[in-house]
Amino acid sequence: MASAPSLVQSLKPSTSTDSATRAELSEIDASTKAPALFFLISSVLWLLVGTAFALIASFKMHSPEFLGDYEWLTFGRARAAHLNTVIYGWSVNAAFAVAFWLMARLSRSVLRHPTLLFVAGAFWNIGVSLGVIGILRGDSTSIEWLEFPSYATPLLFVAYALIGAWAVITFRFGKSKHIYVSQWYILAALFWFPWLYSVAQIMMIFDPARGTVQALVNWWFAHNVLGLWFTPIGLAAVYYFLPKVLGKPIHSYYLSVLGFWSLAFFYNWAGVHHLIGGPVPAWVQTAGIAASFMMVVPVVVVAINHHMTMVGSFGALKYSPTLRFIVFGAVSYTLTSLQGSSMAIRSWAEVTHFTHYTVAHAHWGMYSFFTMVMFGSIYYIMPRLMHKEWPSARMISIHFWATAIGIIIYVAGLSWGGIEQGFALNNVEKYPVFLDIVELTKKYLLSRSYAGILITVGHIAFAVNFTWMLITPSRKGATAPTLFRNPASMEMTR
Amino acid sequence: MNRAPLIFLGVFVALAFSWTGIILTNQVAYGNLTPYYDETEEAVFPVATPGLAARGQLVYQDLGCVYCHTQQVRRPGYGSDIERGWGERQSVARDYIREKRVMLGTMRTGPDLRNIGARQADPTWHMLHLYDPQITSRGSNMPPFRFLFEQRKIIGEASPDAITLPTSYVDGTPLPPHSLPAEGYELVPTERAKSLVAYLINRKDTYAYPETFNVFPEDDAGEAEAKTESEGEGH
Repeated sequence: MASAPSLVQSLKPSTSTDSATRAELSEIDASTKAPALFFLISSVLWLLVGTAFALIASFKMHSPEFLGDYEWLTFGRARAAHLNTVIYGWSVNAAFAVAFWLMARLSRSVLRHPTLLFVAGAFWNIGVSLGVIGILRGDSTSIEWLEFPSYATPLLFVAYALIGAWAVITFRFGKSKHIYVSQWYILAALFWFPWLYSVAQIMMIFDPARGTVQALVNWWFAHNVLGLWFTPIGLAAVYYFLPKVLGKPIHSYYLSVLGFWSLAFFYNWAGVHHLIGGPVPAWVQTAGIAASFMMVVPVVVVAINHHMTMVGSFGALKYSPTLRFIVFGAVSYTLTSLQGSSMAIRSWAEVTHFTHYTVAHAHWGMYSFFTMVMFGSIYYIMPRLMHKEWPSARMISIHFWATAIGIIIYVAGLSWGGIEQGFALNNVEKYPVFLDIVELTKKYLLSRSYAGILITVGHIAFAVNFTWMLITPSRKGATAPTLFRNPASMEMTR
Repeated sequence: MNRAPLIFLGVFVALAFSWTGIILTNQVAYGNLTPYYDETEEAVFPVATPGLAARGQLVYQDLGCVYCHTQQVRRPGYGSDIERGWGERQSVARDYIREKRVMLGTMRTGPDLRNIGARQADPTWHMLHLYDPQITSRGSNMPPFRFLFEQRKIIGEASPDAITLPTSYVDGTPLPPHSLPAEGYELVPTERAKSLVAYLINRKDTYAYPETFNVFPEDDAGEAEAKTESEGEGH
């Protein structure tokens, strides 16, 4: 266990009572303030825009006449606008902020020339805005996850390159001797994303491959952007905040290494399972299915590691907002990943493929896991950037319960509806008329809209609290963190 | 710090592995798949898409039809695509080689459209269906595409392209007033509507390539299912 002390050490600076280390951390946090705040404010704005598109698209699915005469809001465009705003607007901006802040802290490195990063961030957001406007006015490429028209994507790529380079520089100039597991994930994700994105752009939009090779590129990209970009960033955050908030090291260093490498090698083949039964070579489908099964390894390993870290500290969930969101996210990661592996089983894919079940699964991953982890991270990071506390614990509580219950209703309803839909689709004798199957799914589509309203309430509570925090001046002497309730005996380290 | 290059190498190899396996290998293997020349028919398949239909694909793209409609027929015995009449055979890679953008789709909120032209070739049906899906498919959750039609004042003779709406849906409910043209006006499909309908009618893979006969040799399960089906017909 030679590495154990160094791991503890890498966690130690921030929890240290040594004033020099605390001063250093404070200096690091201060250097990340401007760009991190910029990314976070952008992400919250995009979250609201994305939620609005989500509601519109969801309502249209059961009430097609809703806003039916607005071409720019027709279902096909509202849905694409929703996906792209929540992915490239909310999720990526939040990921940038969290990745940067973690990277600077863990590398013990002051962020150099933050203004340049700020410029890159501005370009990223201009690119996203252009892309979304493009979709709404009818320039969508209709490639899932890559709908932005070709006049927006080069801008995104250049902005990304600058942002990625900055993170690597921050890492290189770091003083920390040890590379903490969160840094592994972040560095890998920063490297993988541009590769995925550039190959997909070139082979699908600028110089399209012939025939269904396009579909292979599409799902290689779209699934890997989840597994090799959002998942590593999400896991990096869990690996940092879980031990951080609890004030104890992660359960096992070796498990985190195993979890990392098995994710790296198995995930990137898994995407082909979106094409099971489709007109692509059978061997790639089989390889995709095998890789999806193998994903059980990293998922279980990470689950054990996180769970064993939590054991004995579940009581802390009553107090810490960060912990509550992070744990909700971590548990969702395990469940949705296992579900994902099961969906690659041929006989199960025969039922669930092409149904709302897949949509539920996607939201379980991107929302229950990633988005919740980002919320948790933001609750931790913002006070350190702003030197003030969250104004309202009640708002945080509303945010948590509305989004948690909302997404559970969402996933449960659509999963069940998707299963019914899938069995009906495959049963021509009982359901010879397609419209009867549509009728069958309507009540579940309606349940999704209700869930969406609940989630919107949560997002509004979050945005209000966030804005309130930005505009109120910090009160002198108010240094206690905002918790759901104040424990008598529990001291939360800042 | 000294381990960083090693981590980077591993990270690189990981993605290079799938990039080579999924993308590069398949690009080499069938990325240059050519059309098939049928000597007896003296024709090349798949046939080229006519200009109007090709423009229609862009309309299909910009309206996001792909989010509810697949364009791929699964093989017999896997799903019930063939039994639903969505195609005579499973889709194969060669079907798509002439398409600039391949839109297989991942969702069947609506039916598969790979062979919609073979089962519904009437442009009038498609026009009415696009204008208000409730006219042809009461209960559908497909959005109306009324914005693809122009309300034009009738001057002199009516336009031959103009669509005629029924006064009520199949269940007797009258059409909502906002979807009816004003007195003295007619509803004329725009160029986009016409090209979209041309594209839809063009959707059919009726030609059977040699590879469509033995892409997936019938496994035991498939045979068993085929047997129960023929038994079912006997009753």
